[in-house]
Amino acid sequence: MSTRAVHTPLAHHFEDLEHQRSAATFGMWIFLATEILFFGGMFTAYTIYRSLHPLAFAEISQHLDIVLGTVNTAVLIGSSFTMVLAVYGAHTDRRTMLILCLALTLLLGLAFLGIKFTEYYHKFQEHHVPGPFFNYPGPFGREAAMFFSLYFAMTGLHALHMIIGVGILSILIVMSWKGRFTSEYHNPVELSGLYWHFVDIVWIFLYPLLYLIGRHLE
Amino acid sequence: MSEKVLSISTYTVIFIALLVLTGTTCWVSYLNLGRLNAVVALTIALCKALLVALYFMHLRYSARLTPLVVVTALFWLAILIWLTLSDYLTRALMTSS
Repeated sequence: MSTRAVHTPLAHHFEDLEHQRSAATFGMWIFLATEILFFGGMFTAYTIYRSLHPLAFAEISQHLDIVLGTVNTAVLIGSSFTMVLAVYGAHTDRRTMLILCLALTLLLGLAFLGIKFTEYYHKFQEHHVPGPFFNYPGPFGREAAMFFSLYFAMTGLHALHMIIGVGILSILIVMSWKGRFTSEYHNPVELSGLYWHFVDIVWIFLYPLLYLIGRHLE
Repeated sequence: MSEKVLSISTYTVIFIALLVLTGTTCWVSYLNLGRLNAVVALTIALCKALLVALYFMHLRYSARLTPLVVVTALFWLAILIWLTLSDYLTRALMTSS
């Protein structure tokens, strides 16, 4: 805790830590609002093509691995749980809990990415990746190319956010290790938590849209 | 500090609820409910998103300005989807008449 005197967390243009914290939180939510619209464009594209080709999309979505998709949903929810425990640890000045929970969140995030890339690998093997080697027998070839383009764009953008999140978590672990966070000041942990939970929420919608709707036709 | 954190037990309850909802939505997707399948899947997703936002992101306990940001963003998203669909879904009507 001796670092607190050396490293003062209060920026000069804020009156006090609470002023700084509320401004930072508000800014983070504004950023998340822009993220909603960033992903929103893709959700709109998905809604249009699903509504134009409901039967084709229902059939094609059966090719996604529902077991891996469901496990990944649980993994990501677990990582949100450990993330919120990390914020709790920071708030209550429990440094070991903070570092441990950040590390667990990082591991679960990496597990999610690992499972996601396994799924991608299968898609490459099955020639379901739009491009020169794309092959989807049957009457729904063009719709399948559209579905898998949306699938890779949406899950790819989500995975990119996860990779950025993994980087942020690594920095947070180093900062916590150096004792930068106290119960009075842990804005970076809290704001990164908001980001991580937002990415979780995006997946919570991707999972039913891509994996579940139309599953009963199997 | 006006910042609130909840108790570990609250977070655990929300975590378990999220896992149960995930299991439920996966199981329900195999039942044939016709058009209701999509409605049920998205309703469960909305409940899960609300649990994460309200409790993990502390939206329920945050300053009043924060829910306003969220509602505004969702309003823009609704405009985006609604106006785009009002074009695409009515094109067939225009060409057939």
